[in-house]
Amino acid sequence: MELLMAILIGILFTAAVYLILSRSLLKVILGTGLLSHGAHLLILTMGGLGGSSPPVLDKGASNFADPLPQALILTAIVISFGVTAFMLVLAYRTYGEHKTDNMNLMRGNDEHD
Amino acid sequence: MINLLLFPIIIPFLFAIVLLFFKERIMLQRGLAVVGLLAALAASLFLVHTVKQDGVQTITLGSWPAPFGITMVSDMFSALLVTTTIVITLLVVIYSFTSIGEAREHYFYYSAILFMITGVNGAFTTGDIFNMFVFFEVLLIASYVLIVLGGEKRQLRESIKYILINVVSSALFVITVAYLYSVVGTLNMADISVKITQVGQPGIITVIAVLMLIVFGIKGSIFPLYFWLPGSYAAPPIPVLALFGALLTKVGVYAIMRTYTLFFVHHTDFTHGLLMILAILTIIAGCIGALAYFDLKQIVIYNIVIAVGVILFGAAQMNESGLSGAVFYLIHDMLIKGALFFLIGIIIYVTGTSDLRKMGGLMKTHASLGWFYLIAAFGLAGIPPLSGFIGKLLIVEGAFQADHIWGSIIILASSLVVLLSVIRIFIYAFWGEPQALPATASQPYKKMMVPTVLLIVLSVLYGIGTEWLVPYMTDASNVLLQPSIYIDAVLKE
Amino acid sequence: MRTNDVILQTTTKVVFFIIFLFAIHIFFAGHYTPGGGFVGGLLTTGALVLLLLAFDLKTVQKALPFNFVIVIGIGLLLALGTAAGSIFFNVPFFTHAFDDFTLPLFGETALHTAMLFDAGVYLVVVGSAMTIIQSIGGDA
Repeated sequence: MELLMAILIGILFTAAVYLILSRSLLKVILGTGLLSHGAHLLILTMGGLGGSSPPVLDKGASNFADPLPQALILTAIVISFGVTAFMLVLAYRTYGEHKTDNMNLMRGNDEHD
Repeated sequence: MINLLLFPIIIPFLFAIVLLFFKERIMLQRGLAVVGLLAALAASLFLVHTVKQDGVQTITLGSWPAPFGITMVSDMFSALLVTTTIVITLLVVIYSFTSIGEAREHYFYYSAILFMITGVNGAFTTGDIFNMFVFFEVLLIASYVLIVLGGEKRQLRESIKYILINVVSSALFVITVAYLYSVVGTLNMADISVKITQVGQPGIITVIAVLMLIVFGIKGSIFPLYFWLPGSYAAPPIPVLALFGALLTKVGVYAIMRTYTLFFVHHTDFTHGLLMILAILTIIAGCIGALAYFDLKQIVIYNIVIAVGVILFGAAQMNESGLSGAVFYLIHDMLIKGALFFLIGIIIYVTGTSDLRKMGGLMKTHASLGWFYLIAAFGLAGIPPLSGFIGKLLIVEGAFQADHIWGSIIILASSLVVLLSVIRIFIYAFWGEPQALPATASQPYKKMMVPTVLLIVLSVLYGIGTEWLVPYMTDASNVLLQPSIYIDAVLKE
Repeated sequence: MRTNDVILQTTTKVVFFIIFLFAIHIFFAGHYTPGGGFVGGLLTTGALVLLLLAFDLKTVQKALPFNFVIVIGIGLLLALGTAAGSIFFNVPFFTHAFDDFTLPLFGETALHTAMLFDAGVYLVVVGSAMTIIQSIGGDA
């Protein structure tokens, strides 16, 4: 199971890197989403898989999962939700100003805005 | 008052929230921001006093026992940094009154600054590695808002790069924490240190050490990872730039210093050797950048990179002189970078350009600006008795003790380059033929000078009053030198 | 171009309240079982987005005349206030208090200050998600 997860995380990271390196702004944002998904899965795997019941105290629950990675993932998901939303707004505004979502055409330097 | 160490975090947070309710009332926003920062300053000064009297202060949120709950730890190092942060922010806010413009003030400018300070102070204070990630995100999201506020074409373009870099580095941070958790099974920084000592730092921990260096190196802009900094920092207006330049990279530097003195202390010849080489390369790269540009902002921005290198070089020595030098230089650099950005902000306001080749002769019209600039420039380069001197002296002394002769020579040579780069600004802007200045009101100029002069005076006092500060600095570097002080304070209960 | 969306609008009027009530249920369920303020807030936002899809921005703003930035502020204040309440009792920040009470109508009920904190989270999530959606959808 751990091996399977490792491969899955690898695929997610690969796709994320591919998307982040693409020219379209929207694809870049999707890439960051995949990247954080990969990182969250990695936390889950690294905390140790297993435990048949949710880590909520209940009568008779003995074999429950490690709650800490789940708490970490929840926090990280909330944060990446916020950042992704912010980036979407920003991308939309940038598209409005620059009239393009192509990162190549957005180049500029000090002399030339 | 067991919650005292949280006050410098909670007070800015509370005021940031309250400011959300007063979008349209600028005067009220300004007043509340200043009041909040003054209250936080009082709390942080009292905190420094308490830490000096009673040693390291800790608290575990929600009354959980220590390795399980989120611990907040305030030792002398973090307490001093928190205080410096609040001082600089207070002056930036006052500087902003005249320089940021009402349009930005309407869009939650002060709120964003206070949210950012919450994150910065939290990152300085936290004793939990994942909580540090959370505070990093708080300060980053606030900095995203600050960097894009105003929505100019260039700002939008640069902030996309800035956000993207930081999102990737945050993902790396999460990944690193995941690896660390799988090896040591804890997130409490004191407990991690204990567990790493128990397993004797196997190879995987060293890998994690390098990963941490990459994560914090992106935020702190060390050598191969500083490429995003000059472009992104040049985009926002000067007060925001001053805030970023003085504080944000320093949070990364703090995180490197904390993890490299608390966690990874068993194979220093590799980890700290790597840190030292990167620090030296950072200095060289920064020097090249600082001399290459004719743009005021770029020159000072590259000086941030140099300073990061110097501080980390001191930290990499892992001996008493090196570490206390690094602490000295870190706080000096926060003060003097703030002052320098204020000054070039005024120069840009007066001349209407940031290109050195288009200015000249300011000494005739704005003599006091010139003199204060000269003091700040000498302070940055470390000419005694100004504030940069003692830090650099201790760092070089530490490097000689650790037999890193070549490194210290490069540090000393870099001081000359730093001096040259800032004096170049002086020569071009203040000497030479007076250029026609655009018509500007003198009222804003005077108002901008007030916080600038205050900050310069503060940095001069920091240099002259070294003797008086030494006990505090010794406390700060002792915690770094002996992790047991930190660990005992957290885990003793 | 205005299409005929009578079916969507009529269904939405019913479905909105079902989703909203379910969100409230999830919010309170978070006390001892999976659920809580964040999920509840997202569900509520989902319901609001459905309203926005079926009707338009102006109609929804007229029906729900909130400034969602203020909603964020209230939520943050509620969360911070709950956590900071512990300062006045000189116990560590974030320490919660809870006890069982016998309330009329509900009977034996466990009340926990963490619920107030969660209510703050709920408001922040609804507020920030709606702010973002309104700022993107505003000039479409």
